[in-house]
Amino acid sequence: MIKAVINGQQVEVARGTSILDAAKLANVKIPVLCKHADLEATSACGICIVKVKGSAKMLRACSTLVEEGMEITTHDPEIVAVRRTVLELILSNHPKDCLVCARNQDCELQKLSADFGIRDEYFPSIVDRRQHKFDDSTKTIVIEGSKCVLCGRCVNVCQKHQNVWALSFLSRGINTKLSPAGEINLADSPCVKCGQCSNHCPVGAIVEHDDTQKVWDGLRAEDKYPVVQIAPAVRVAIGEAFGYPVGANLTKKLYAALKRLGFKAVFDTNFSADVTIMEEAGEFVKKLTSKPRELPLITSCCPAWVDFLEKYRGDMVDNFSTCKSPQEIMGVLSKTYYAAKEKIDPSKIFMVSIMPCTAKKYEISRGDDMFSSGYQDIDVSLTTRELARMIKQAGIDFEKLEDAQADSILGHYTGAGTIFGATGGVMEAAVRTAYYMVTGREMPSLELKEARGLKGIKEAELDVAGAKIRIAVAHGLANVDQIINQVARAKAAGKEPPYHFIEVMACQGGCVGGGGQPYGVTNELRKKRAAGLYEDDRQQKERCSHLNPQVQLIYREFAKAPNSEIAHRYFHNKYKKRAAYIK
Amino acid sequence: MPNASNEELNAIIDKWKDVKGSLVMMLHAVQDKFGYVPRGAAMEIASRAKIPLAKIYEVLTFYHFFKLSAPARHQIAVCTGTACYLKGAQELIKALETELGINAGDTTSDGSFSVAALRCLGCCVLAPVMTVNGKIHGHVKPADIPSILREIAKGDEQNAR
Repeated sequence: MIKAVINGQQVEVARGTSILDAAKLANVKIPVLCKHADLEATSACGICIVKVKGSAKMLRACSTLVEEGMEITTHDPEIVAVRRTVLELILSNHPKDCLVCARNQDCELQKLSADFGIRDEYFPSIVDRRQHKFDDSTKTIVIEGSKCVLCGRCVNVCQKHQNVWALSFLSRGINTKLSPAGEINLADSPCVKCGQCSNHCPVGAIVEHDDTQKVWDGLRAEDKYPVVQIAPAVRVAIGEAFGYPVGANLTKKLYAALKRLGFKAVFDTNFSADVTIMEEAGEFVKKLTSKPRELPLITSCCPAWVDFLEKYRGDMVDNFSTCKSPQEIMGVLSKTYYAAKEKIDPSKIFMVSIMPCTAKKYEISRGDDMFSSGYQDIDVSLTTRELARMIKQAGIDFEKLEDAQADSILGHYTGAGTIFGATGGVMEAAVRTAYYMVTGREMPSLELKEARGLKGIKEAELDVAGAKIRIAVAHGLANVDQIINQVARAKAAGKEPPYHFIEVMACQGGCVGGGGQPYGVTNELRKKRAAGLYEDDRQQKERCSHLNPQVQLIYREFAKAPNSEIAHRYFHNKYKKRAAYIK
Repeated sequence: MPNASNEELNAIIDKWKDVKGSLVMMLHAVQDKFGYVPRGAAMEIASRAKIPLAKIYEVLTFYHFFKLSAPARHQIAVCTGTACYLKGAQELIKALETELGINAGDTTSDGSFSVAALRCLGCCVLAPVMTVNGKIHGHVKPADIPSILREIAKGDEQNAR
């Protein structure tokens, strides 16, 4: 531990602590723009400057580490004046169309400008001098280059944390611009649509592709039968838009809000997650017991991971679970089984999904398999952020809503379905059911603690009827390489794979930290959102997918058995190697 | 890719791909061979040297030296050094831009002309100065531009015959 003085107050911090973090101990908030709690400091913006006794120049609190005996001043009239100038310089290069910006009232730059009371343009605007690109080619995330403040968060998260390398800063100085290599469209780049760039952007330079109007249109169309599903991770995050504590589970209020919006039936993606588990656990058991074993099996419910694997790890396509994601299974069930049972013309069903994810917007048309009902199985996929806006537009008093129930038959879920939203959850849910499928008995202890938590790579060895099963869980795409490389090496050498079952989620923390979730995510928030899901799991009467009575009914009345011919027709899909760059 | 073969590109990549921190050397060698860094060559480097293409373009666009498109057949450069600037270099650039329908720094869509601004060619006494394919033209007036361009085009036609 080292001692320092901040604004006259003694603080003691661990070696390696930045002035920015140390200041929190002295109850001081130093303003930041480029620094994000998830990311390494880049020293790009300069708004966090502080004075350190003995230093002739002001130092950046984000990237300066506390040293023994340092005397730090975080605020005085001169520092405030310098910060104001930094802000004015940034604003001279930023459009002032806040009223019609997707980040209006949820923008870090707008907040700083409000806090500093900026009222006029001190420096003449140079916005028009830069050549900006508007890129909505992916139809999932939208880049508005003119709003970029060059903080570097998106580039950092795309390159270092996600290992995707779609975004980069091209040229330099005043000509610097955010773009894929060679100024091509994002859709032609290796972008996997995870949306972490949009989630980390402090301003409106990268936002989700807003599809809310399509949903309003669908709700208005008299000949449509609008139905909706909500993903596991949405229920524990949407509350942040309405002032609830982080991690509050608002499942039943969400059902009520969606009914108020005008959906004729509200389904829960947790239900189709249970179906995914039946299929995936069945697939795992089949591969485990075949001779020779066709392992490892790699989970495939994360569409950004699917895109990443197809682009970067085409060599592993054969190990990918062919099982569709819960979103897609719900889509196809609503337009086949549900439509038939309720005697609704499937062509009239307008299926909307509420997802914590931008890549889910890509998934709904990623291949022919996404049209297996004969129609596009999902019509529109919205993010948590878009739904929060719709609820506000509809004037729904969210807090006062009375709890509602999901609609039968695609609404009843187990604890296994709900934990899909946290890293390790799919693995835990699959293991619960795979164990039952192999042994005919329930697992003695259902909770797979080794798969939980925010460690980048989690491993465990399980005993299933005498067989040793090694599992691995990775989240944040940069953590995937290590695992997949080990598997690829073993495969090439014809050796036993180091893992038998691998779960990958593109986003750090899994879907609770998804690219479509409310802004401002940190590990603390990820933990709280995940805790909400694990609590939901504990409270369910059934905690294993195979015990879901409505899932059992689906198999009796429709799909026969996991991995049956019908199940394959509707619940499975294919993958292919793709080029990372189309241009 | 013009003027160089894939074998030459492969030789460049093979020479440098296992040397840490050698991306700039590779790109220099490629530009030396091809006259610019074609996208295909950048992609080949990316895949064989295992360097993300985004990283390669960050380097390519950071340094002015690197060119991303094939050099024009006729390269026009206008000196914008102090003496030439005072003697009307900006008007020369404007005249070239109007005549060719491009901005300084760009190449005509048929690849025949490029216009660039550069600093001091060391013959200030001839200001304003421009070069066409390396040949110095001194005391140029904006009104001279159309005829200079016509001369070049005429030369092209004769060569084509």
